[in-house]
Amino acid sequence: MNTWAINLAGMAVMALIVWWFWLSRSKAQHFSGAGPIEIIVDNGVYTPARIEVPAGQPVTLRFVRKDPSPCAEKALFDSLEVSADLPVGKPVDVTVTPPVPGEYEFTCQMRMYRGTLVAR
Amino acid sequence: MSVSPPENTTRLSISGMTCAGCVSTVENALKNVPGVTESAVNFAEHTATVRGSVDAKVLVAAITASGYSAAELRGAEDESEKEAAELSYYRSLLRKFIVAAVVGFPLMLAEPFGLMPMLDTDSGRVFWLVIGAVTLGVLVYAGGHFFRGAWKSFRAHNANMDTLIALGTGAAWVYSMLVVLFPDMVPSLARHAYFEAAAVIIALINLGQALEMRARGKTSEAIKRLIGLQPKTARVVRDGKETDIPISEVGLDETIRVRPGEKIPVDGVIIEGHSSVDESMLTGEPMPVEKKTGDDVTGGTFNKSGSFLFQAKRIGADTALARIIEMVRRAQSTKPAIGRLADRISAVFVPVVLIIAVLTFLAWFNFGPEPKLSYMLVATMTVLIIACPCALGLATPISIMVGVGKAAEYGILIRNGEALQQAGKLTTIVLDKTGTVTEGRPAVTTLVPAAGWDETKLLTVAASIEAGSEHPLAEAIVSAAQARQIKSSSASDFQAITGHGVSATVEGKKVYFGNARLMAQHNVELGNLVTRAEELAARAQTPMFLAVDGFVAGIVAVADPIKPDSKSAIARLHAIGLKVVMITGDNRATAEAVAREVGIDEVMAEVLPGDKADKVTALQQRGEIVGMVGDGINDAPALAQADVGFAIGTGTDIAIESADVALMRGSLHGVADAIAISLATVRNIKQNLFGAFVYNVLGIPVAAGALFPFTGLLLNPVIAGAAMAMSSVTVVSNANRLRWFKSGATRT
Repeated sequence: MNTWAINLAGMAVMALIVWWFWLSRSKAQHFSGAGPIEIIVDNGVYTPARIEVPAGQPVTLRFVRKDPSPCAEKALFDSLEVSADLPVGKPVDVTVTPPVPGEYEFTCQMRMYRGTLVAR
Repeated sequence: MSVSPPENTTRLSISGMTCAGCVSTVENALKNVPGVTESAVNFAEHTATVRGSVDAKVLVAAITASGYSAAELRGAEDESEKEAAELSYYRSLLRKFIVAAVVGFPLMLAEPFGLMPMLDTDSGRVFWLVIGAVTLGVLVYAGGHFFRGAWKSFRAHNANMDTLIALGTGAAWVYSMLVVLFPDMVPSLARHAYFEAAAVIIALINLGQALEMRARGKTSEAIKRLIGLQPKTARVVRDGKETDIPISEVGLDETIRVRPGEKIPVDGVIIEGHSSVDESMLTGEPMPVEKKTGDDVTGGTFNKSGSFLFQAKRIGADTALARIIEMVRRAQSTKPAIGRLADRISAVFVPVVLIIAVLTFLAWFNFGPEPKLSYMLVATMTVLIIACPCALGLATPISIMVGVGKAAEYGILIRNGEALQQAGKLTTIVLDKTGTVTEGRPAVTTLVPAAGWDETKLLTVAASIEAGSEHPLAEAIVSAAQARQIKSSSASDFQAITGHGVSATVEGKKVYFGNARLMAQHNVELGNLVTRAEELAARAQTPMFLAVDGFVAGIVAVADPIKPDSKSAIARLHAIGLKVVMITGDNRATAEAVAREVGIDEVMAEVLPGDKADKVTALQQRGEIVGMVGDGINDAPALAQADVGFAIGTGTDIAIESADVALMRGSLHGVADAIAISLATVRNIKQNLFGAFVYNVLGIPVAAGALFPFTGLLLNPVIAGAAMAMSSVTVVSNANRLRWFKSGATRT
């Protein structure tokens, strides 16, 4: 009984990992279009990390890096061929235009910081 | 979440302010810019600090409109701030390492010698309780950032290195505390505390990050060196007086004095004096260049001999040096295809490791020997600790950063990581002849007058017709006429016939001047001059026929000297394994003579400028991966069509903006260097990726206990922690080896 319970619990934890990290997503923050949208770069995450923006229109993201570790020093939009250096404590505006509806990932150089622009 | 944009602070340098009244004019100009909330002008420093959500360019435009000059204060200042922030973070990591090490290492060393009290006595439990509290302090102080990061990224449905460290060390501490507080819950064989492991792992990972940071600092040395080229002050001439001012205050069109031994502060044009200027730091060209009135000078280069005055034409972010720095920075952030697999893996890496950790836990629970609980904990913790997504994520970008920077030191600007990777895959290199293999400065070498003509008459008509042309060959003819003090006549109805020559009316006579095809088109009989032309072409001279009123008047032969290092550079391209093709609009015999001289494999001669791209396409259709080397403007379509376009020219050229690879010096060795750097960088990336993959692919099963059934050994989590810390250090250190790259390397 004990053995079954622990094995089942283990499998449940694995299912939870799959669901939480791959299948479920945090709610996208809608971009109103009124001024830049601020993204805090700290503690391994972009906040907010999922941002809904209109497709085909330029969007300005204002990165505010608080994490001094070198991991956070760049923001890369691979599919949009845009990158920016993020000095600590100095807001940096990055303007991108997602060409068509879809999801556009932005990451740090090591892909530990991860965010998504959801273009609609 | 509400969006509340913070106010940007922009610092500007302002030129032209001479009185306190100017201060209020500038301040008002800034305040009237929509989005500016506050502005303060410092008259003593000639700077303005502006707060608000406005682009610096808008602010500069507003100041310019009010009658002053301004530039954004950036560059070296940003770099020193960045260095200060990095140093402070490096020190904080070292402090955290020391605190965790002071607690963890003595505990770890004391245990094998039996110096620690047993857990099954009351005094022992109190001792371990105190140790637990102390290590909790260590985890909070030295490892708090890992726990905060893990929690935040968990909430964002993300998992990163922090997740693994926090879970590994957190599990060790919680388990140990459980053993101390409720020993009866744990089987007697499994009653062991792992407080020291948690502390030592935190210590080692902080140390690893500090070492990685140190090594990383070296990877951006190329950028630092470029920034270091920029002088801090300029000696401007204002109201007849020479004054040293900070470079950020130099305005457009200001007159600047440069003395021998000084660096040229910004880009401009010499208006008085002459000198020789060492441009090697920017272009890699070793020989100093003679500069006189009217010549361009580039900021960051070194004035060797004379003193001169020049007018500033590009300042701040517009200078060639600033554009080069920006381009190198941008390129350093890009990745080639080779890194995409690693990217895809690192995106799913941590959740996969978490699943492996759970599987490890279950495997030891189901099949492990007693004390199962200890084995389960140790193996699971070791899996979490040894897996390092950083090494994988760093493998590509760190090598690109060093490779692109190294190329910049050689005067090679690489647009992006893709171009860097592609350059190493080339099988054929196509060289434009004029200005690439040859100097691009032709001179008249032979005059062959036809019957009834003499050399002076021939050159007079030729110079008259070419006076209206901007072609390099025309310049050679006009110069030759000037050298002989020949006065040319005026020409009318001038027409350039692309790929053939020119036509015009000189002294009422219809004149054609160009190649044999042009003569054939107009039914001009060439007679025995054809043989003479062939002889000249075989000696690498370009013969041009002159026809007046339908009759040939003679040949003017022009030769473009081969660059002294073309032959050795082409030998290097051959050594790398490339086929070298030359493409030219010149006649076949001349082109083949040049090709023989320098050792080119294939010649595409008499190609019209518009057809060069088609020739590149034809080569690609034959399965070749083609690199095209041209001057970046005339050859633009062919450069764009090639798999990698190499623009050969100067740092101030538009080519910087347009090519995949821009070579700031004229030598073909730059192409060989670029390819060698590309090969070395790709090799370095592969080593990094191999190391990171092998490390994780081998490390994780060993940590999970794959060797245990055969050897009875289980990896110590502390060793796993040390290995994790060292993995990123190893990748960064390997990338740093690229800094010692020397040109001359060949494909392996």
